[in-house]
Amino acid sequence: MKLNLFSFLFTFTILSSHVLSISDLILTKVDRRIDLSTQIVRTTTTLKVENAGSDIVSEILLPFPENHAIHLAYLSATLNEGRGKAKPSSGAGLPYDEVVSPKDFPNSLKVYSVTLPKGLGKGDSLTLDVLAVFTHILQPFPEKITQADIQLLLFQETAHYLTPYPVKVQSLVVKLPDARIESYTKLEKTKLQGSELKYGPYENLPRFSYLPMVIHFENNQPFAVAKELVREIEISHWGNVQITEHYNLVHGGAQSKGEFSRLDYQARPYVRGASAFRRLVAKLPPRAHSVYYRDEIGNISTSNLWGDSKKTELEIEPRYPIFGGWKTAFTIGYGLPLQDFLFGIDGKRFLNISFGSPINELVIDTLIVKVVLPEGSKDISPSVPFPVKQSHETKFSHLDIAGRPVVVLEKNNAVPEHNEHFQVYYKFNRLSMLREPLMLIFGFFFLFVASIVYMHADLSISKTSASYLAKIQWEEVQATIRQVHTIISRCLTTHDKLEASLRDLSRTGDIQGCKATRKSVDSSLKELTKELKSPVAFLQSSPQAAQILPKVEEVIAKERDLQERLMAKHSTVVDCYEKKLGGREIENRVASHQQKITALRQEIDDLMDLIDEI
Amino acid sequence: MAVTDAQTSLRHAFGNVLAFFILILIGVLAFSIRLFSVIKYESVIHEFDPYFNYRVTQFLTKNGIYDFWNWFDDRTWYPLGRVIGGTVYPGLTLTAGTLWWILNSLNIPLSVETVCVFTAPIFSAFASWATYLLTKEVKGTGAGLTAAVLLAMVPSYISRSVAGSYDNEAVAIFALIFTFYLYIKTLNTGSLFYATLNSIAYFYMVCSWGGYTFIINLIPMHALLCIVTGRYSSRLYIAYAPLIVLGTLLAALVPVVGFNAVMTSEHFASFLVFILIHVVALVYYIKGILSPKMFKVAVALVVSGGLAVCFAMIAVLVAMVASSPTMGWSGRSLSLLDPTYASKYIPIIASVSEHQPPTWPSYFMDINVLAFLVPAGIIACFSPLSDASSFVILYIVTSVYFSGVMVRLMLVLAPAACILSGIALSQAFDVFTRSIKLQLPSLSVDSPVDAGDASSESVVPDDTVKTDKTEDTQKERTSKKSRSRKSSSESVEKPPSKLQIKKRLSVLPLETSIIAIVLLVFLGAFYVVHSVWAAAEAYSAPSIVLTSHSHDGLHVFDDFREAYAWLSHNTEVDDKVASWWDYGYQTTAMANRTVIVDNNTWNNTHIATVGTAMSSPEKAAWEIFHSLDVKYVLVVFGGLVGYPSDDINKFLWMVRIGGGVFPHIKEPDYLRDGQYRIDNMATPTMLNCLMYKLSYYRFVETDGKAFDRVRRTEIGKKYFKLTHFEEVFTTHHWMVRIYKLKPPKNRIRGKTKKSKSKANPKTVSKRKELKRNPF
Repeated sequence: MKLNLFSFLFTFTILSSHVLSISDLILTKVDRRIDLSTQIVRTTTTLKVENAGSDIVSEILLPFPENHAIHLAYLSATLNEGRGKAKPSSGAGLPYDEVVSPKDFPNSLKVYSVTLPKGLGKGDSLTLDVLAVFTHILQPFPEKITQADIQLLLFQETAHYLTPYPVKVQSLVVKLPDARIESYTKLEKTKLQGSELKYGPYENLPRFSYLPMVIHFENNQPFAVAKELVREIEISHWGNVQITEHYNLVHGGAQSKGEFSRLDYQARPYVRGASAFRRLVAKLPPRAHSVYYRDEIGNISTSNLWGDSKKTELEIEPRYPIFGGWKTAFTIGYGLPLQDFLFGIDGKRFLNISFGSPINELVIDTLIVKVVLPEGSKDISPSVPFPVKQSHETKFSHLDIAGRPVVVLEKNNAVPEHNEHFQVYYKFNRLSMLREPLMLIFGFFFLFVASIVYMHADLSISKTSASYLAKIQWEEVQATIRQVHTIISRCLTTHDKLEASLRDLSRTGDIQGCKATRKSVDSSLKELTKELKSPVAFLQSSPQAAQILPKVEEVIAKERDLQERLMAKHSTVVDCYEKKLGGREIENRVASHQQKITALRQEIDDLMDLIDEI
Repeated sequence: MAVTDAQTSLRHAFGNVLAFFILILIGVLAFSIRLFSVIKYESVIHEFDPYFNYRVTQFLTKNGIYDFWNWFDDRTWYPLGRVIGGTVYPGLTLTAGTLWWILNSLNIPLSVETVCVFTAPIFSAFASWATYLLTKEVKGTGAGLTAAVLLAMVPSYISRSVAGSYDNEAVAIFALIFTFYLYIKTLNTGSLFYATLNSIAYFYMVCSWGGYTFIINLIPMHALLCIVTGRYSSRLYIAYAPLIVLGTLLAALVPVVGFNAVMTSEHFASFLVFILIHVVALVYYIKGILSPKMFKVAVALVVSGGLAVCFAMIAVLVAMVASSPTMGWSGRSLSLLDPTYASKYIPIIASVSEHQPPTWPSYFMDINVLAFLVPAGIIACFSPLSDASSFVILYIVTSVYFSGVMVRLMLVLAPAACILSGIALSQAFDVFTRSIKLQLPSLSVDSPVDAGDASSESVVPDDTVKTDKTEDTQKERTSKKSRSRKSSSESVEKPPSKLQIKKRLSVLPLETSIIAIVLLVFLGAFYVVHSVWAAAEAYSAPSIVLTSHSHDGLHVFDDFREAYAWLSHNTEVDDKVASWWDYGYQTTAMANRTVIVDNNTWNNTHIATVGTAMSSPEKAAWEIFHSLDVKYVLVVFGGLVGYPSDDINKFLWMVRIGGGVFPHIKEPDYLRDGQYRIDNMATPTMLNCLMYKLSYYRFVETDGKAFDRVRRTEIGKKYFKLTHFEEVFTTHHWMVRIYKLKPPKNRIRGKTKKSKSKANPKTVSKRKELKRNPF
């Protein structure tokens, strides 16, 4: 293979280049442990460094061959101070920097230099833990497999630790998944114990000693690679942090070729389709709520959610099993309580939330984290524990006017080790939370005011147009008719008074009182008739009223008729009382009148109803 | 006395406010009853056509209106393509696009999909308000409110307008009712303002749905009816003439209609009546300026001369129309006029289930109790017959006919049925409550002499009216009968004495009225229960997601989207996918892949080609597909889980449509004694056709017997291999199976050439492998 050929040449060049080193450090002991159980290769190296020279050394160089370095996702070096048991978490990661490889270094090396907190004096020694995480470094071989095949991978490394310093003792342990090992390079002192492959210990190796080795092994772990992941973290000061993650996923392992048979897959999923993955597990923060899982064509119903006080676990299944090279895209969203992630510190607020994806063992080629701060945030400054590309955007959402500031952080080649918390500091005035509700309130308020104004304003363009005049006239007619209506109903009440007086008469026999009432009624009726004249005259003159006029006139005529009848009845009754006639006699005499009166009364009522409707 | 005056005006104000709130509640009801699909399933576009509309809307919102008009879609009808801008009714798309644009310019971040999903419910609220307006014009507020309530939840309309059912009909029904309302409004007022609005509403309808031809035929029919029955008036002229002129001009602006607005026979009636109405107007004018005697002379003169000219003109027109083969009618219109037409000549139209004539139960299912109320409504419209009520009668009669021809047109019947039932219900309530009212106060009215004050007397009936009202609103929202009564009696211009008698006659016994009201309320309640059931259970399934209830809970069949998602992510962007046309729209919208045919069905030959391929043996099919540059073939197969509307059940239509163009496909070859079967009695042609093979490939290995759960039988041919196709994807429940065409084999001509060409790649690959292998 090309790589191998290259590495042979490489060793050759190394052996031939014996130039002076830049410092006289010696690695007294190197323990390397390479974990190949997942798609992410983690190399843990413990270096025991001793200064053999006289100068104080403050930098340690860590070279990586270029073909490894381009896959390097994460590097951290910690000082292991405790004797015996290593406690990598105790010491914070030492600062490191990529440096130009010195002249005497062989080509095709990328060199990182770790700066020590204090210089290493003569004869001093220290222990350094270096964690390097690589992605896309395992090569599927064969590159294309069928559904029934297992996925075989190739891993190339050097059995000797590549370093610019001489090494006294070193050993290498490769942890492989519990599966078949196709082959591995057998060197001296190679031992296979279960799923662990041991090389070494090798002693007294020169600088840049390089011994290539290759492991060919089976690995059916999910090779989930997110080509792009956009995480949008939106802060709402009403109490919610909304996280939306758009995944663009691909199976990064051996490409699938040939048929896909659902039958085979369903019958024996772990044989026919061993290399495929069907589910992913995401560990969401505790108290996550409103979790959803969908893609651009709708909800995906195959997911499960568990939660306790420590974490929320979401198991998602893509729409179809993902074989090598198959792609899929989906979106996960969830809400988190604000108080768990937003804190205040001397007038500033800061968001403290994890950077990477919650999905286990996921390699992310491009990770874009967008933090959407509420509208009106100022003095924004993000702080991320590792280098990222930063930019700013504005997002408009939910009735925004100025837009919300968005902090965009971009990181290439992210691995679970990047799931560290990062902070975004900003200033925000609590009062501006009220802006949008107030806007809505005033919006509706002005809408109502406007409609009130519209209802009361006369908006016709031409005040002389025919239709406008007709409308005005019609309104006048309506008013007049209402007037007529009132007058007639007053007439009717007066009639009732008359009737009432008659009833009084029958009860008390007070003829004088009855006559007096009659007089007053007469006069009031006369007045009413007078009052009626002008509206009726108006109605007669108005062309608009032509339709209703007959009815109005009918009512008036009927009313007059009724009035006469009543008067007649009244006179008769009073007469009878004066003549002291019996009740039966009176009734007989009045009967004809009474009939007419009730009939008329009914008709007038009906007509009045009609007119009232107009 | 001012007290009563104030009270009446207060009552009016109260009534108006009440009516307003009832209308708002009706809108809310119409909107929310359609949300069952979102609540029970999810906010997703339904079925087939809506996916196309959704895709067009996405394009519109992304690229703007001008690109939309010029859009040539190369994702469909490969290799022909389709001019979308010129062949769609743009009303729905533009409506939803505008809604989305307004929301987004207010910075309310709703996705296009959400807007599309909720367009139909929003417009059904509008439609029920339009129904209120229309019925109010015909029979008053009470009837209007009743009709609006009925329309808000009529199952027939719900079936087309649940949330997610983003189809033309959703907005078109609103446009239809609103156009009719404006026509009636113009007819009642004679206002040119409303006439202009009417043309614009008609334009919107033309934009939205091909059903606009119903309007352009119904309104001329009504105008003709008015003229014939001697109801011609200047108001009719104002209502009709501007609509035809402006409406036709506007309709011609819509690209899909264009010159059809004047060229096709569907529009012919309107122009004929347009001429006629002018003749009539002229006659009336002449009648007005001449004395009766002179007029008679003039009539004799004109009739003798004019008739000759008319006959000549009509003869020419008939000749012109008859010269075209379909007599100037489109296939769909013809199948309406002659229900047997489609099944005889156009199997594509006949193959769509919604183009079949409905069964009786479907009437009960879709309009429920309205079917029984409509006759009562027709009678109510005859007493008294006005221009407006005659229109409603005409509307119901024609739409009943059309719904009898096609299930789909039940949708046009639904508003008419609601209007008439609304009228019937409100009139019935009116009669019964009036009887009660006249008898209840009659106890007090008989002795008003004792009661004393007249003012109190006049208040008493008012109060009863009010209490009745509130009771009724609680029960059935059919309040305002007092108003409707008055307005109806207002339109009757008869001497009041007669009215009086009539009123007296219409009084029913108290007990009867009460019982009748109770029964009516029960009837209404039954309708409500049925509608809610229909909305929740029958019509809210999105049909791309299926669910079934088994003993261990709900089971979701999401196979269609699984397949489309797979296609969209794991095939090349330019790959062509062949399937039966039912899945064309979904494939372009969800999988974003080019399809050969889709639900637009404008090119019969192309569909026949796909049908032929599906019914041919493997090799012939491969050749057809290969010539179409197809890379994947998608079939829908329900045999494993018992999904009945799969491709095997549709297969006879493929044979028929294919055979219609390519005579070597003969339907009898696929039938054994006239029976369609796939078991071991099936014909060899059937067992060897591509559709059979793609559906049942390796099916036997699932259960060992190959038992098809849809056809309830074991399949005829169980073990076979595919030579020209390979399975690339099958969904979880086997409902969608996708096959890839194998690449063409090397041609066998010269042996040396063959061996050379065969040897070369092999050695190359070997060498590569050697090189690659590090050991």
